Parts: sequence; C-alpha cells; structure tokens
Amino acid sequence: MAFENLTSRIQTAMKTMSGKGKVSEADLDETLREIRLALLEADVNLKTARNFIKQLREKALGAKVLEGLNPSEQVIKIVNDQLTEMMGEKAVPLNKSTKIPTVIMMAGLQGAGKTTTVAKLANKLKSESNARPLLIAADVYRPAAIEQLKVLGQQLSIPVFDEGTDNDPRKIVQDGLAQADENKNDYVFIDTAGRLQIDEVLMQELKDIEKIAHPDEILLTVDAMTGQNATETAQGFNDALGITGVVLTKLDGDTRGGAALSIREVTGKPIKFVGEGEKVTDLDVFYPDRMASRILGM
Amino acid sequence: ANFRAVDENFFDELEETLIAADVGFDMALKISDELQDEVRLTNAKSKKEVQNTIIEKLVDVYDRAGNGEDNTMHFAQTVQPSIFLLVGVNGVGKTTTIGKMADFYKKQGKKVLLAAADTFRAGATEQLVEWAKRDQVDIVTGKGSSDPAAVVFDGVKKAIDGDYDILFVDTAGRLQNNENLMRELEKMKKIITRQLPTAPQEVLLVLDATTGQNALQQARLFKDSTDVTGLVLTKLDGTAKGGIVLAIRQELHLPVKWVGLGEKVTDLAPFNADQFVYGLFKDLI
Ligand SMILES: Nc1nc2c(ncn2[C@@H]2O[C@H](COP(=O)(O)OP(=O)(O)OP(=O)(O)O)[C@@H](O)[C@H]2O)c(=O)[nH]1
Ligand SMILES: Nc1nc2c(ncn2[C@@H]2O[C@H](COP(=O)(O)OP(=O)(O)OP(=O)(O)O)[C@@H](O)[C@H]2O)c(=O)[nH]1
Ligand SMILES: [K+]
Ligand SMILES: [Mg+2]
Ligand SMILES: [Mg+2]
Repeated sequence: MAFENLTSRIQTAMKTMSGKGKVSEADLDETLREIRLALLEADVNLKTARNFIKQLREKALGAKVLEGLNPSEQVIKIVNDQLTEMMGEKAVPLNKSTKIPTVIMMAGLQGAGKTTTVAKLANKLKSESNARPLLIAADVYRPAAIEQLKVLGQQLSIPVFDEGTDNDPRKIVQDGLAQADENKNDYVFIDTAGRLQIDEVLMQELKDIEKIAHPDEILLTVDAMTGQNATETAQGFNDALGITGVVLTKLDGDTRGGAALSIREVTGKPIKFVGEGEKVTDLDVFYPDRMASRILGM
Repeated sequence: ANFRAVDENFFDELEETLIAADVGFDMALKISDELQDEVRLTNAKSKKEVQNTIIEKLVDVYDRAGNGEDNTMHFAQTVQPSIFLLVGVNGVGKTTTIGKMADFYKKQGKKVLLAAADTFRAGATEQLVEWAKRDQVDIVTGKGSSDPAAVVFDGVKKAIDGDYDILFVDTAGRLQNNENLMRELEKMKKIITRQLPTAPQEVLLVLDATTGQNALQQARLFKDSTDVTGLVLTKLDGTAKGGIVLAIRQELHLPVKWVGLGEKVTDLAPFNADQFVYGLFKDLI
C-alpha cells in the first residue's frame, strides 16, 4: 500500500485528464475516487467519506473547475476548504459557568486518555488563569485509577478528592462537589472510568452522574488512532449524555486522524483540545485547518 | 442485506462491511473479489452455503497470509524461566493483559513472576501490583522513577534465582514514531537476552481493536525494533472488529495469539480464526 499524499494523487489523476484535452465529468469522478480512497486510508468513516464526496462533487461542478485553467489546484483548495469547514472553522474554548464551580466531566472508551487529559486541562487552567481546580476520582473499577489521578494531582499541587473504591461513583461525585463548594474551588473535574458505549449499566452510571453534577462541559475523549468505529462510539456517548465537546488524544503519533472528521460529523460537537504527548503540558487547542491538512496528508 | 440475492450488490455490501471493520480498502477489495470468484465456483446459493463459503475463504486468506506460523505460545526448552515481553502504544491493554495471562498460567500450575517495568506513567506500578495481588503472584517493582532497564534486570535475575516458570515484563506505552522510546524498548529487550540468550520467548504486541489503519504502522515499527512474535488483540468486547490484523498478517506474518474480551481477569481467550472472521461480517447476516 503506497503512502501517497493527496496532493500528488489529485495531480496524477488530473494529469491523466489533461492529456485528453477537455476535462470531463467522468475525469472528475476519477479524481473524487482518489480523494475518497485517501479519506478511507486516513480512517475517515465510510459514510462520512461518502457524504463528503457528494458535497465536494457539487461544489466542484458549481465552481466550474473543469473549465478552469488549473483544475487540480482548484480541486485541492476546495477539498481543503470543505474539510476545514466541516471540522468547525475555529477553536472553541472551554465552557465556563457564571457561578463557581465550572464542572467538567470526562467520558470515553477505556484507555482513551481521560485521566491524563484531566491533569492536562487542570494544569492549564491553574497555570494560565490561577484557577483552583479540584479533581474527583470517580473511577472505582480500573486497578489503581485513583492512585494515577492522585500522583498527577500531587505532581501539579492540585487537590484530588477520593473515597477509595468502596463507594459508588455517584456518591463520590456528590461528596466531591460538596467539598468543592466548601473549599470554593472554581473548577471541578470528574474523572470517570473508561466504558463501552454499549455497556448499559455503566452508561446509566454516567447519566446519573450527569444528573447529579449538571456539568457545564462533558468532554468525550477519543484516541486519534481510532478507526471506522469512531462514529458508533461517538454517537453512543452523545446520544446518552449530550456531550459538549471532544478531546482528541495521542496526536503526537503518526496517525492521520480521520476519526476527527467522523466524530465531528455525527455529533456536531466541537473538538476543543488535542493531546500531543504524555506530559501534563502536552495539550493544545484544536486547529481545524491543521487537522484538515493532516487528514489529507498535505 | 440478505443472502437471497447473492449479486453484485451483495459483494458491494460485503466490501463495505469489511472496510467498516477496519480491514482497509485494498484488503477489502481483494477479499471481496476472491470471494466473488469462490462463491461462483462453488455455486453457493443458499444463505447457509454462502456463509460457509465466506468463512472458509476468509479463514483461508488469514492462514495463507501467515505462511504457516502457529499462534501457540513458545516456552523455554530447558529448565529456565520463559520470558514474555509485552509492548505496544499507550492505553491498548498491556498491563491488563498481563494480569489476565498471569492468572491463566498460574491456574495451569506455573510459577509466575511479574516485572513492573513501566516506571514512567503515573500509577502504572500500582496498577500491576494490584493485578499481582488479585492473581496471587509475585512481582518485582522499581523504586520511584527508576530506570525501567533496572527493573527488567532485577526481574530476570529473580526469575532465574527463584525458579520461576514464567516472567511477564510490563512496559510503558509508547508511540511507534517516538525513536527515543523505541530505542529504550530495544535496550530492555537486550538486557533480557544478555542474561538469558534464548529469551524472551515471546514479544507480544498488544493492539487495540478500535484502532484503524495506524495499527499496521505500529506493527511494522515494533517488529523492527523488538522482533515481535505475536499479537494480542484487545477490546473485542466492544463494537470494533479489529480487521486491520488481516493486513498485518498479510504484510508482516504476525499471528494473533490472544484476544481480550473485557476488563475482568477471565476476559482473555486464545485467538480463534473462525470466530474472528465470523465477527468481521456478522452484521451482514
Ligand atoms: N502519546 C500520548 N499518550 C497519551 C496521550 N494522552 C494520554 N496518553 C497515554 O495513554 C494512556 C492512557 O491514558 P489514560 O489517561 O490512563 O486513559 P484513560 O482514558 O483515563 O484510561 P481508563 O481510565 O483506563 O479508561 C497512558 O499511557 C497515557 O500516558 C497523548 O496525547 N499522547
Ligand atoms: N473493554 C475492554 N477493556 C480493556 C480490555 N483490555 C484492557 N482494557 C481496559 O483498557 C484500559 C487500558 O488498559 P491498560 O492495561 O492499562 O493498558 P496499557 O496498554 O497497559 O496502558 P499504558 O500502560 O498506559 O500504555 C483499562 O481501562 C483496561 O481496563 C479489553 O479486552 N476490553
Ligand atoms: K485506545
Ligand atoms: Mg482513567
Ligand atoms: Mg500499562
């Protein structure tokens, strides 16, 4: 499987056309097939890719690229613009409550990067705006999940609320929020256990926590290496919880990250942050244009 | 879809089902073409016939891609510990898999030791310590943020001196494009081999079934640096199918040896090609 970037693919496809004189609609479709393939190789969901190509075709015909002087450059620009637009144009900041505390709840599959992201975001708020966050350890299932959060809290001098593994996560959240009120913490992060979107018992637990905590932000944490299944997962969590945003982790890898497009398409919710490493400072806001180029391999 | 109409449409849908299972575009196309020929050849018409043909053919594709590698675990030939090194990117399930496998072999009467050589991630040692407690097996840990190589060395030494049958080495998650961390992993493996020239008997690359096309690159680079001997495909209890292992087998001839099916200690099973293949396209039925 040759790893070609999209630019060279489109240029190759368009070159075969230009030899034949006038560029036809069939030639355009050939190019669109190349684009579809590149999207699939980048892990964009099959249905998302199909919708994308359909819109692209209309735009390309509307823009009369076939009659222009440099059809391949035009197509590349349209692809890039459409992708950037679909990804949400510009970075969206964290929601903030009018009265303290702002409550941020994490959700996602096992191992996606929730606990690490809690530490990263809390650290960012603390160092950039002197925030006084409290982290609630509500994962009582994964071995040493609480210990992990406590170690991170200690490293950052950020308090962690925990009641060990014997209490129900709902109760832990309730008590943690009471403690935050008492201590006047301005941000509360709820670290939840990883779970499958089809796990009814654990999804109910998340719904209950949501009712108890009324979070201002429910962040779905997704591994950037996720494949075709990203759509189903994101939809499952969004349907159950009404997520408010997405964090895409492990972008320091060499994955193209097409999952970003699929998630954005099915949830309509903004990707707010990206994780770019294991250290607590390896966090950045999301830039749609950068992500577009990355997915396209440009 | 239904199998009454085994026509062009059916094979388009099959192709899409395979792509949706992360098999990858090229592989999906190839398989679909081969199946189309096969179904015609065997003149399969009924739903059951087509289903059987597809399973047989896909298992055949899987086996052929492997060039006869077996998916059994390899143990030390003489009286010395067998060493199993688990590697992979972040969060795929390395530590959990060790927790499950240690229990599996302990129940077979083996004397098992764990080495907590992830000295990097917060709470990683405590996580493996908790598994050792659950499994009631021994564990070697480092102090604080010690060098992972030192923990490996101590683990191998204790495994030899204490007459253990199996040593599991847990390593920190690392992305395959991080050259420094990949070199560190190579070094850990060398430390094992220096103490016991025929070890490690297994270097298992753990892959998360939710991973897309990047898993192929993971397999390539981990194989380059640590001579991976087999795969563990985790999180198959979810809705992802892990189809990328077909492409990995085709290109790199790495067999899947185990599958992870949940977070409990018993949620581990030897890989079964028939079941896996059935899972890839069962949504079509
Ligand atoms: N390279 C890299 N690793 C990351 C990133 N974010 C998290 N990780 C790593 O991914 C692994 C899993 O992260 P966790 O924060 O424990 O994930 P989680 O979602 O809390 O996991 P569970 O609680 O088990 O569901 C750890 O090894 C983290 O160090 C990132 O942006 N880049
Ligand atoms: N549903 C499901 N979850 C799993 C499976 N295997 C592991 N997990 C979960 O995935 C998360 C990550 O597992 P770990 O064993 O910590 O993964 P790791 O590869 O050791 O992670 P790092 O050391 O941080 O790189 C945990 O929440 C596990 O409980 C599985 O087969 N199915
Ligand atoms: K993952
Ligand atoms: Mg966690
Ligand atoms: Mg681990």
